[in-house]
Amino acid sequence: MAKPVISFQNVSFRYDENQPWVLKNVSFEIHKNEWVAIIGHNGSGKSTIAKLLNGLLFPQKGEIAINGKPINEETVWDIRKEVGMVFQNPDNQFVGATVQDDVAFGMENRGIPREEMEKRIDETLQAVGMGEYRLTEPHRLSGGQKQRVAIASVLAVSPEVLILDEATAMLDPRGREEIMHTVANLQQSKELALITITHDLHEVVQADRVIVMNEGEIWDEGLPREIFSKKDELQKIGLDVPFITALAAELQKNGIALQREPLYGEELLEDLWTLYSKM
Amino acid sequence: MNNLMIIGQYVPGDSVIHRLDPRTKITVIFFFVVIVFFANNLWSYSTLIIFALLSMFSSKVPIRFILKGLTPVWFLIIFTFLLHLFITKEGTKVVDFWIFEFYSGGILQGIAISIRFFLLILVTSLLTLTTTPIEITDAVEEMLAPLKKVKFPVHELALMMSISLRFIPTLMQETEKISRAQASRGVDYRTGPLKERIKAIVPLLVPLFVSAFKRAEELAMAMEARGYRGGEGRSKLRELRIEKIDIGIYIFFIIVAAIVFATRSYG
Repeated sequence: MAKPVISFQNVSFRYDENQPWVLKNVSFEIHKNEWVAIIGHNGSGKSTIAKLLNGLLFPQKGEIAINGKPINEETVWDIRKEVGMVFQNPDNQFVGATVQDDVAFGMENRGIPREEMEKRIDETLQAVGMGEYRLTEPHRLSGGQKQRVAIASVLAVSPEVLILDEATAMLDPRGREEIMHTVANLQQSKELALITITHDLHEVVQADRVIVMNEGEIWDEGLPREIFSKKDELQKIGLDVPFITALAAELQKNGIALQREPLYGEELLEDLWTLYSKM
Repeated sequence: MNNLMIIGQYVPGDSVIHRLDPRTKITVIFFFVVIVFFANNLWSYSTLIIFALLSMFSSKVPIRFILKGLTPVWFLIIFTFLLHLFITKEGTKVVDFWIFEFYSGGILQGIAISIRFFLLILVTSLLTLTTTPIEITDAVEEMLAPLKKVKFPVHELALMMSISLRFIPTLMQETEKISRAQASRGVDYRTGPLKERIKAIVPLLVPLFVSAFKRAEELAMAMEARGYRGGEGRSKLRELRIEKIDIGIYIFFIIVAAIVFATRSYG
């Protein structure tokens, strides 16, 4: 297999010597063009992983490498170019006075010439479907639109890794859908390594792989379907499975044997209406 | 979003004045303010008034916006006029009625000072009416750039200004939200003695400050994550450029200044 874009090796982290470990001996790899969802309850260490990947924090033990380059004080500025991050609060990461200023912010920090910036602002805003809002001020945008601008401003410096750290947590269902749709498209077209960090299991169904965090350790890792089949255990660590999965589990309890673990409504529907013919 | 959300007094437009480089506007206005104090007779004042009115009309800003900018200073203009009217006892006595004794010198002085005020306010408010706050910030950053040599944090200052401007509407929305939340919990802002009403502001300010600090912390992290490391090696999207029209304005203004100095009375 090709070299991983991200490698986490036996990483342990704590905020302070007197405090308990937030991450305990965590190891994983993420490859190019792969969508990995990291889920976990509050305090499970999932957001700490994001900050470690961007060099906002440094681990006490273990090593983190991006494209084989270890993250340390010297490489951190290069790493931040490779790893783009979108945070939870749409307002608190909007730096510019207008949409185009915000998209330009990351590029300005890297001294990208003006003509190039103009070009990339157009491209990235088109890519997130915000092309018409170039001169709009942030307070005239919805939360979902602001988050799409945040994604555009990260993409403008063409990173290889995109991390969404609970980026949809403060949005309404429509905004959430907009973001997930945008991100899914981008990941396909730009071959990004995409990491979505969330406590909402609805958002992991589209991922290629799911890492479940609990109390600073990797609790489980696998395909969304495999993870969801462990409904009861997930609930024990404070995670709720999506409605469709829960419904399927209840149906099975009542003696209706389904073909597979359905993730989407359509899948369950298909299983149900073809059920009789297979009996 | 309501109209309150328009920051400052900027009136969007595409006039000559709007298109001028903000540095040109600031420079010209600065020297205009200085020159106003050199005017001392009919000719020099007329020149300045014509210049101010010309700029006003070419800005195409509706008169009512300009008058609105003048409202807070009407009182001041009238007050100084009256002050001069009553206090200055120069020239010939014009009015002598009951306790009123007005002298010609007082009237002229009063008018002159009022015109001075009027000109100052008119021209400076033209700056804020035709220039976005962010343009003013850019201009300040450019104009203070030489101070970088003496380690004055010019870039940081400009960034602070633009971030505060960016967060004004956000914090206003937040204030409204908190005040509603507190009102629904029984905090009364409108009635009661003044002391009580001032006290009622505390439950509004405390959450506002707490959230502002939280925002600042998150914003700092987001900026760092996007590679912000100070002003060094940064490029800029918005670029200020001196165009032909700016040079034209400078020349025009120098002529105006020359006329003022030529026509003012000396001695």
